[in-house]
Amino acid sequence: MTKKLIKGNIALCEGAITAGLKSYFGYPITPQNEIPAYLSKRMVELGRVFIQAESEIAAASMVLGAAITGARAMTSSSSPGISLKQEAISYMSGMQVPALIVNVQRGGPGLGNISSSQSDYFQAVKGGGHGDYKIIVLAPNSAQEMYETAYDAFDLAEKYRTPVMILTDGIIGQMMEPIEFNRIEKKEFTEKEWILNGSKGREPRSIKSLLMKDGVLEKHNVKLQEKYKLISENEVKYESYMLEDAEIIIIAYGISSRIARSAVKLARKNGIKAGLLRPKTLWPFPSEIINSLAKPNVKFLSIELSHGQMVEDVKLAVNGKSEVGFLGKAGGGLVTEQEILKKIQSQILGGSSGA
Amino acid sequence: MKKILSKPESLKDTVLSYCPGCGHGIIHRLVTECIDELGVREKTIAVAPVGCAVFAYEYFNFDVTEAPHGRPPAVATGIKRTNPDKFVFTYQGDGDIAAIGMAETIHAANRGENITTIFVNNANYGMTGGQMAPTTLIGQITETTPFGRNPEREGYPIKLCELLSTLEGTAYLERVAIYNPQNIMKAKKAIKKAFQCQIDRKGFSLVEIISNCPVDWGMTPLDSIKWVEETFIKSFPLGTVKDKTNT
Repeated sequence: MTKKLIKGNIALCEGAITAGLKSYFGYPITPQNEIPAYLSKRMVELGRVFIQAESEIAAASMVLGAAITGARAMTSSSSPGISLKQEAISYMSGMQVPALIVNVQRGGPGLGNISSSQSDYFQAVKGGGHGDYKIIVLAPNSAQEMYETAYDAFDLAEKYRTPVMILTDGIIGQMMEPIEFNRIEKKEFTEKEWILNGSKGREPRSIKSLLMKDGVLEKHNVKLQEKYKLISENEVKYESYMLEDAEIIIIAYGISSRIARSAVKLARKNGIKAGLLRPKTLWPFPSEIINSLAKPNVKFLSIELSHGQMVEDVKLAVNGKSEVGFLGKAGGGLVTEQEILKKIQSQILGGSSGA
Repeated sequence: MKKILSKPESLKDTVLSYCPGCGHGIIHRLVTECIDELGVREKTIAVAPVGCAVFAYEYFNFDVTEAPHGRPPAVATGIKRTNPDKFVFTYQGDGDIAAIGMAETIHAANRGENITTIFVNNANYGMTGGQMAPTTLIGQITETTPFGRNPEREGYPIKLCELLSTLEGTAYLERVAIYNPQNIMKAKKAIKKAFQCQIDRKGFSLVEIISNCPVDWGMTPLDSIKWVEETFIKSFPLGTVKDKTNT
């Protein structure tokens, strides 16, 4: 199969289109602008729906509208815009509406800057909006994975009737890499028994999250939690690299995992048995495998472009069985291989965990 | 015996949760009669607001979705653009449409979305207990304007039809009332025309219905009718604000 050199954001668009994306709604914000710009042409050429909405809030509500009719719909944004989309994400979680939301993360808090960042981890994996819910969070780390993850995201969303987020960053989104279009165009979709498409030949339906009758919301929440348990049991994905004999295991996702992989090689050259566990799903988090790897003679190191968010989930997974260190920065530069090596060396020598 | 009046098929046979003297019951009836008469019940997807009509799906006998507060025009946009063959309308109150959802309202109208909006204006936030709405009249006492709405402090009531009339995308805008049989007949005609506007793919249509809210206004239903006639519609004049349906 021939490869094509494209940006991660464009690869993501092609993955979504190949999966049958019917409607896209967006709003300009850097560093995700390639997505609406590209789709404004491609979607119209394909006779599908593209709207530049008046706001992130409206774009996310348009996704809700398209998705309740059974169509594959998505929106994309970067960090400040994702905060605004939380309203509709919470509604879609309560209403059990499948949809795709893409966050090409930038620096925060507030307007922050447009440099690559991973500081929206908490917002993505802990729910993000109001209410007791979770959404599936996928973390590709290459243009190829942007394509494949976007393709697979809709099946996952529909399987569980839940919003799915692709949590990526400015570098993965804007870096050009050769990719293979290795997915077949999806044309057949399973019939959905819950959608609103006019009540011809059936009883009218409604989709709602307001459940005021005594005990109904409590039952609904239990049902949602059962669904989240099922997702946790079945949908965890991760990649492992040189874990077999590792004395120090780096946990990193997205752009950080690319640097961490090089750092593992560098550490091995320096005689340190390092390994990498890369979560491909951030929620559900690969807690079980991390826990099984945790032993007194193995150390963990969480590397993120934040001041320590995923590290909390690593610590929960490790549950006191190993030392957990942290290295990260936010709002500008990347963590370098050399910095990681230095951190590994100090942690192996028994220095403070730094977390 | 010949049957001369029956419940519209589009209206479920259930008890409405609205307060005594509230206008929603009449408006639900008019909307569902029009849906029946136009034969679009089985292709209707309606969008309910956050507000008194939040339970619309309990009463309407067709597909209805919930929307976040103020977002019905955006949700309806997503539905209609994805399914242009469906009949899509939003049912919204004054707070939903002209306060928290003003951006969604203006931009859906400006894009000329081929949807219809039924806008129930009762000059206050009914469901939350009668606070000031964007359409609250000057001097009107509400839960959050205990001294009466003062334009120096709270600004002026928004006339949504007039505001939207400047936008190229709007095809039909009319303000009606339902405080007496003559106006109820006119309101039905306007709703049907707005729905027909969508069926004919002419763009955005909206009917603003001046409605009674006696409980939150602190009036008897009869006094509320008097207040609509003598005060409310003096600030919100009835009639066609814009009609491009014949062009």
